[in-house]
Order: sequence, then C-alpha cells, then structure tokens
Amino acid sequence: MKFLYYPGCTLKNKAKDLDIYARESALKLGFELIEVDEFQCCGGVFTTANDEIATKLASVRALKAAKAAGVPLVTVCSACHNVIKQTNYAMKNDAEFADKVNRYINDGDDYHGEAEVYHYLEVLRDIIGFDKIKEKCNGALKGKKIGAYYGCLLLRPSSVMGFDDPENPRIIEDMIKAAGAAPVIYGERNECCGGYAALEEPALVKKRCGIIDESAKAAGAEALVTACPLCRYNLVKNGANVPVLYFTELLHKALSEEI
Amino acid sequence: MKSKNELLRENIIRTSGADVKKCMKCGKCSGTCPSYDEMEYHPHQFVYMVETGDIEPLLNSESLYKCLTCFACVDRCPRGVQPAKVVEAVRLAAIRQQGKNRLTPDGVEKYLDDEIPQQAIVSAFRKYTK
Ligand code: SF4
Ligand code: SF4
Ligand code: SF4
Ligand code: SF4
Repeated sequence: MKFLYYPGCTLKNKAKDLDIYARESALKLGFELIEVDEFQCCGGVFTTANDEIATKLASVRALKAAKAAGVPLVTVCSACHNVIKQTNYAMKNDAEFADKVNRYINDGDDYHGEAEVYHYLEVLRDIIGFDKIKEKCNGALKGKKIGAYYGCLLLRPSSVMGFDDPENPRIIEDMIKAAGAAPVIYGERNECCGGYAALEEPALVKKRCGIIDESAKAAGAEALVTACPLCRYNLVKNGANVPVLYFTELLHKALSEEI
Repeated sequence: MKSKNELLRENIIRTSGADVKKCMKCGKCSGTCPSYDEMEYHPHQFVYMVETGDIEPLLNSESLYKCLTCFACVDRCPRGVQPAKVVEAVRLAAIRQQGKNRLTPDGVEKYLDDEIPQQAIVSAFRKYTK
C-alpha cells in the first residue's frame, strides 16, 4: 500500500528521527510513504484569516499532488497536519477562498478539497489497524509506563481536525498499548506547551511545560511521546523529568528485530 | 461615509470568520486560555471590544503576541464564537501596517539555539511578520 507523504521542513532537519522511524515502521507494517516532489514548507501555523492566500499555497500544492496521484496525503508532524488539514477544509468549504486560490494557481485543474488527509496515527488506526502492530510487536516495551502528549494541533479545532475526542483522546494510548507498553493518562496531555512563543516568551513556555511535566510525572509516566518537534523541544529544553520521544521512535522500538 | 474605525471593525469581523454577536460573555474562552496571565486583554475581551468597535487599544496591546494559536478557546466556547480567529484578525490588522513587523530576520538570531526546530522559527515569522 502506498501513500503520498508530506514530511515537512523540520523532519528533514532537526527532527530526522520522527521521519526515519515513521518510514521504517511503515515498511514493517506493510505500507510505504512516497514523498511529495519538491514540497515546500507549510509555514508551521495556519493563518485563520480568510483573506490570506499566499501563506496557504504550499499546502494546496501538496494537496493537489495527492489528488493527482489518487492516494491520501499522509503527515507525521502535528503542525504540518494541522496546517494542511485546515487548508483542505477551507478549500472544500469556503468557496470564495477556494476561488481566489484557484485563480492564483491557474493551472486548469481547480481544487476543492478532493484529497484525503491522514495523520500517520490515523493511518495506523483506520487503515492498517493497531492489531497489526500487536502482531509484529517484539515485547521489548512490556511494563513501560508511557504518557501520550497530544498538545493542541492534532486535536483542535476539533470540528476541522476530526482526529479524536479532543477532551478525551485515546489514539496515541491505543498505539502505546498495541506496541506492548502501558499508557498513562494524565490531565495536561491535551493542553498547549507554549509552541512558537519559545522564541519571544520563554518564561511563558517554561511555565506551561512545567505544568505538563508535573502532571505526567504525578501520573507515573516514565516517558512521554509526541508527534510534534516543537512540543518535544519545549519539554526537553525546559527540563522535563522524563525522556520525551517521538511516537515513531516508540513504534520502531516495538517493531525492531533486535531487542 | 463610514468612519475608519467602522471599516476596520467590519474588515476584522469579515476576515476572521468569527461570529462575535453570538458571544454570551461567559468567559469560558479566557478561563481555558494558557496565556491568560500574560494577557492584558483576554480572549472574551477581544470578542467584546471588536463587537463594540473599541479596537484601538487592542491594536496597540502586547496581548496580540501572547496568543499561542492553541485553539482551546475555539473548541471550548459553548457558542462557537471562535475567539482565536478574532485575536488573529486584529493582529493581522496591526502587523500589516508599515513598519509594524514584530520580528525581523536580524532580530530573530538572538533567540536561536542549536536544537530549536525550524518549525518554531517559521511559525513565529508567520505569526509576527507580514
Ligand atoms: S509544520 Fe513544520 S515542519 Fe511541518 S512543514 Fe510546516 S513548518 Fe515545516
Ligand atoms: S503543544 Fe505546543 S508545539 Fe505542540 S502543538 Fe501545541 S503549541 Fe504546538
Ligand atoms: S488560541 Fe490564543 S486566545 Fe485562544 S486559548 Fe489559545 S492562546 Fe488563548
Ligand atoms: S467562551 Fe464564547 S461565549 Fe463565552 S465569552 Fe468566550 S467567546 Fe463569548
């Protein structure tokens, strides 16, 4: 099974592990990620204002590539996923916005949100099935208490993202379980780490990350997993008590031949 | 003729796509906002002040740059008002003015370390600069 894959700029650079382990684990689970040709950076945040066109074109181009290839577009980074999914929603539901974008691109093939966008975790849940991970799992993570850190961008705005129950998500916990470890539920798993304020407002981010880390520690987590390079950076930089891994690293550990 | 302020108000409401009239002033958006303590004007105040046309104080407030675009207020507002979109539309009105870019390529360097992901830098530029 093949999917078109939008890795995003960070996964080609500071977050290589997130990318490499996603691809390798996919092959072990029977699917392949084919990178979008010459993809451009999505910009990291979706500009909600409907008069912003230029900042959304990179996402539209990737979406059009998926439409042309006739396969879903798969993302791994939470931020890319949010930007591309929100852009696709706007192309589908805001006719005036879509018309402006289509007039600008002007390649004779208007786009109206036809492509399907899946986050890697959704591919595992909805197409491959978590049972497949269970089947191939090596047992190396048995007894390990792992907390899922969702942050904000995978879940919200939930009416657009449709990822999981935004207040009580379970998709990452289900993956952790299938990988043979023990998921730990804690209160702050779906609250914001402070995001890009890391640049200008480090004190605000430090406060947020401290609250998240405390909440995870109190619930007994031995490690956290995330899908977002910025969540990971912020948590680690601000002195998380537990290691913070990408969810693909955990998955890879569970599927690896050498334990 | 409409005043400049009225034109700005209409533009902010239109481009935000938010429905400020539906707000019932319950304060839930502000209660859930992770930047509440850092903000001079809170999400529910953005909604109210845009609705009533009291926009000038918002345009000049540091609060514009404290919003993290976490969409918690959007998801948790019982009336579907989408306060984050109002904050964003006001911020765009501010940084689209000449000379009002919040972040410049020269200015960003002091914030960087070896580990910071590209995502943080491009996101901050997208948010703070036109
Ligand atoms: S979200 Fe991030 S990593 Fe993904 S392409 Fe956009 S900016 Fe780059
Ligand atoms: S939790 Fe932090 S980095 Fe992660 S999605 Fe939210 S703001 Fe972004
Ligand atoms: S989107 Fe902005 S205003 Fe809304 S809750 Fe998050 S930080 Fe606060
Ligand atoms: S949560 Fe919604 S209804 Fe309540 S004050 Fe905020 S915007 Fe208004």
